[in-house]
Amino acid sequence: MKTTPKNPATATPSPGVLRSQEAVARQRLSRFATITTWLENEAVLGYVLMTPALLLIVVFIAYPFSLGVWLSLTDKLVGKPANFIGLRNFTHLFESQIFWRTVWNTVFFTLTATVLKAVLGMWLAVLLNRKMRFARFVRATVLLPFIVPTVLSGLAWVWMFDATFSVFNWGLRWLWQTAESLFNADFGYFRGPLWLGDPKWAMFSIILVNTWRGIPFFAISFLAGLQTVPSELYDAGDIDGATGWQKFWHITVPLIKPIAVVVIVFSFVITLADFQGV
Amino acid sequence: MPQRVPQQAGESLPGSLTRRAFLTTSMALAATAGVEFVGGKAPAFAQTRTLHILEWSSFVKEADVVRDQQAAEFGKQAGVQVTLEHVNANDLPARATAAIEGHKGPDILQLNNNYPQLYAGGLEDHNQLIAELGGDKFYPFIMDAVKVEGVARGVPYFFGGGANTYRKDIFQKVGINKLPDTWEEHLAAGKKLKKFGMPIGQTLGHTFGDAPGFAYPLLWSFGGVEVDDKGKVALNSKETLAAAQFVKEFWSAACDEGGLAWDDSSNNRAFLAETIACTLNGASIYFVARNNPEKAAPGMADKIGHFLIPSGPAGRFHTIGQFSNCITTYSENKDVAKDYIRFCHQKESFEKFFVTNKGYINGPLPEWQQHAMWDADPVVTIFRELPKYGRNAGYAGPYNRQAAEVWAKYIIVDLFAKVVQGEPPKSAIAWAQQELKNVYERS
Repeated sequence: MKTTPKNPATATPSPGVLRSQEAVARQRLSRFATITTWLENEAVLGYVLMTPALLLIVVFIAYPFSLGVWLSLTDKLVGKPANFIGLRNFTHLFESQIFWRTVWNTVFFTLTATVLKAVLGMWLAVLLNRKMRFARFVRATVLLPFIVPTVLSGLAWVWMFDATFSVFNWGLRWLWQTAESLFNADFGYFRGPLWLGDPKWAMFSIILVNTWRGIPFFAISFLAGLQTVPSELYDAGDIDGATGWQKFWHITVPLIKPIAVVVIVFSFVITLADFQGV
Repeated sequence: MPQRVPQQAGESLPGSLTRRAFLTTSMALAATAGVEFVGGKAPAFAQTRTLHILEWSSFVKEADVVRDQQAAEFGKQAGVQVTLEHVNANDLPARATAAIEGHKGPDILQLNNNYPQLYAGGLEDHNQLIAELGGDKFYPFIMDAVKVEGVARGVPYFFGGGANTYRKDIFQKVGINKLPDTWEEHLAAGKKLKKFGMPIGQTLGHTFGDAPGFAYPLLWSFGGVEVDDKGKVALNSKETLAAAQFVKEFWSAACDEGGLAWDDSSNNRAFLAETIACTLNGASIYFVARNNPEKAAPGMADKIGHFLIPSGPAGRFHTIGQFSNCITTYSENKDVAKDYIRFCHQKESFEKFFVTNKGYINGPLPEWQQHAMWDADPVVTIFRELPKYGRNAGYAGPYNRQAAEVWAKYIIVDLFAKVVQGEPPKSAIAWAQQELKNVYERS
């Protein structure tokens, strides 16, 4: 009797094969189920979600910082191995007037710019918090100094402060000459400040630029805080006869203090490292 | 008609690609492609010889064009893929540091001043190349920039320097009939120019070349030195005091006082904008006026002349701005890199580069001082004299890491900047002396 050969594609698998395939599938499902159960635990999921950001911070911030600290304790030169020398680099640095001058300039610049940004930012936020026409447009425009890339704004400011071609000095000279013709006098040649050439004017210039760039950040942050202050408190203040300053000092300031602290600390750190602007 | 075959769980259709097979194949391909990234070698058929060169972006743009053309020509001749990258000179140290520390990057680094000494740990021994390309004929002052304990860490390619660019018509107008040869004559001329409203322009800011190119020669020409020949700091001297007292008067009486805020291009702009009549510079101001007349006042190029930096009681000096080509130790194409440097120094190749620069640079060997290029345009002929007066920073000590650190910290420049801003010369000199001691005498 002739037996028809079986087509492997159509042949029904044996019970043994079926059972082993079922076992593999069950094992896969079991592993998947274990992982999902594990991830449903909030304590585990939290760490899992945090891991990518943590890795980025470790690789791009913690590692370079630690390496920098280590290098500062060695006599490392380019292309040569590093030998530990303790705090010798720092003791040499402390003997340098250039170093102390730099420290003083940095502290003065950071403190002054941060205070100016906070005060002027608050003032701008209070103004923006009022009802006005085109409020959204105005608020968006105010952000421009903060958004424009530092390289571009820096170039513009460098030209405005240029020793030969400064538009500020051009304007001041025009005013000088106008005054001379008004009073029919000769006040002598007026050159204008050396914005970047004189140490005091140079400090003024970089504080001005940094403040100009930073005010929008403070203003928008404070504005967000101001908008959370309940208007009923101001109404109550009006009823009690409080002046504008009293309302600001006793209602506004305490309520936006948390956001103010965060913004000021954040800005202080950024300003301390404002290499781009300087 | 073939029957449709029902697919069982876990089975694939005959002839189809399973997910496992796809993943296995693609991972194998990725591993092959990425094996070089993790330090392995790609198959031989995929390798192409390459050469990556990093050099400065010249102030003479035509010179960069010639360098690019020569690199392409070398690549064609040698069967090598050449990448020539031009960067701002101020960026060269940062790129060199990153490349040497990371053991990856350009095969050839073009380094200025004595940076080959600073990066010696990552640069090859070039003694053989030096011997082939000129040996003892190289100017000693440019060899000082590359030699570390008898080993050359680069091959000097060219050097530059400055001379005073001046307006011939303005000098005539104010009655300066003889070009200043000494600092006193330069002061007298500057007073007339400032009275006319077009003073001398000089920067005392933290610039790449112009400020040190003025401050160091001024110091040396009055006899001042940073260190003595035994390496002891010797800046605080009556000679340095004389230089400081001179610059105080020179600055207020003859210079555009805005120069404290100038960078390396400010004096070029000021000269072409006709706000100054004289400035210490390379020949780049003249080249712009000649080649790009739209960027200058009409007829400016014909009104420009040059004269050497003035001499003082101790002589005339200028700082040398040398540039050297240096092969890195991590390079996997050292032989190709050596061939490229040989190619650059071939007479035909270097001549084209030299002539294109039209006097902005000097050749590394004295024979280039005899080239006909110097007589082609009399306006730039004076730059041929610079090698006679060349001196390196750190004089009278060696041109070494400490000298480079003093240069990088602008201590000598700031010494004169402090004086012109009103600090008593003795106080400024005492400050600079202490800063030099911090550099030279720390263990």
